[in-house]
Amino acid sequence: MIRGAVDSEDPDRLYTVTGGRSRVVDENVFDMVTLIVSESEPSPGMQSEHAKILRMCHRPLAVVEIASYLGLPVSVVKILLCDLLDMGKITARHPQVVRADTRLPEPEMLKKVLVALQNL
Amino acid sequence: MHSKTSDAREHAPLSRTARDGLKIVIVGGFGVGKTTMVRSVSEIRPLSTEETMTQAGVGIDDASLVQDKTTTTVAFDFGRISLDEQMVLYLFGAPGQERFWFLWDRLFMGTLGAVVLVDTNRLSDSWYAIDRLEHHGTPFIVARNNFGEPQHTLEEVRAALDLPPDVPIVDCDARERDSSKAVLVELVKHLYSLSTSSSAALESTA
Ligand SMILES: Nc1nc2c(ncn2[C@@H]2O[C@H](COP(=O)(O)OP(=O)(O)OP(=O)(O)O)[C@@H](O)[C@H]2O)c(=O)[nH]1
Ligand SMILES: [Mg+2]
Repeated sequence: MIRGAVDSEDPDRLYTVTGGRSRVVDENVFDMVTLIVSESEPSPGMQSEHAKILRMCHRPLAVVEIASYLGLPVSVVKILLCDLLDMGKITARHPQVVRADTRLPEPEMLKKVLVALQNL
Repeated sequence: MHSKTSDAREHAPLSRTARDGLKIVIVGGFGVGKTTMVRSVSEIRPLSTEETMTQAGVGIDDASLVQDKTTTTVAFDFGRISLDEQMVLYLFGAPGQERFWFLWDRLFMGTLGAVVLVDTNRLSDSWYAIDRLEHHGTPFIVARNNFGEPQHTLEEVRAALDLPPDVPIVDCDARERDSSKAVLVELVKHLYSLSTSSSAALESTA
């Protein structure tokens, strides 16, 4: 994932409606494996999905795990997470070791992954 | 999609220090053992979720024209391996069917690489996946999941799949944790060697 870059060849845009609102999500805000951490407790009257996410993420949890536990598609969860990020209720830890286009991550990083896997 | 319980203990949280999610995908034909492999190496019970994606009509690039879009839902399962205090590897078992072609870019964006799981009795099921991975420049290895005594040598399989000589091919039993782990190790070794040779190439042109 290259944050901030948009795939200009792709005519698709994610378009989803949640709770009567519509929002074109910048898909580059969250990767499926961006780790989410809550920064505050749910507030009274908060939408229940928002509250659930905050309770779930006392410790880090990936976007895709949140989606699975909520039983919602990943794209819908990304919208909910955008809301929470705007409200300052969560922080997002984005992936660092990524392959972008045909560029692989640094050999040192891959070596770390390799050694960790071998030591499992 | 299942959300069996909202019990917080079921959410199997990561270490507080986890900050770096990595992705590897396991692709292959129907019933080849993708979920089995995810299950055998994952530290959590495999989870499933789905992504809904829209495909615009040709030439249309306006998100308000919803009616001109086709929506496809793709379900996938995944597992997780905490590699150390910071790095967490997510393994995705993804469908390799042709009808998902327009999802590949986004679904596999940023993945380190892929394992193509093959069943030698149904090799043609993996052609499409291999083709797309090559097209997108995603590095991969091939793992033959053995559902019995292998009928062919790995070199025969390589020839049948028309694999380039530098793509590793290995045998595995997706039900066995050590065997599945060895497949992942093989993939990362391959990525490492690609990465060292490409940085060497960059240095020599600099
Ligand atoms: N004998 C044997 N059976 C296996 C092996 N791997 C998987 N199976 C069985 O094959 C069946 C299909 O395996 P799955 O892991 O569900 O395959 P999949 O690729 O996830 O299938 P789809 O998601 O439906 O495409 C299951 O009944 C497994 O128990 C293997 O190595 N040997
Ligand atoms: Mg499966």
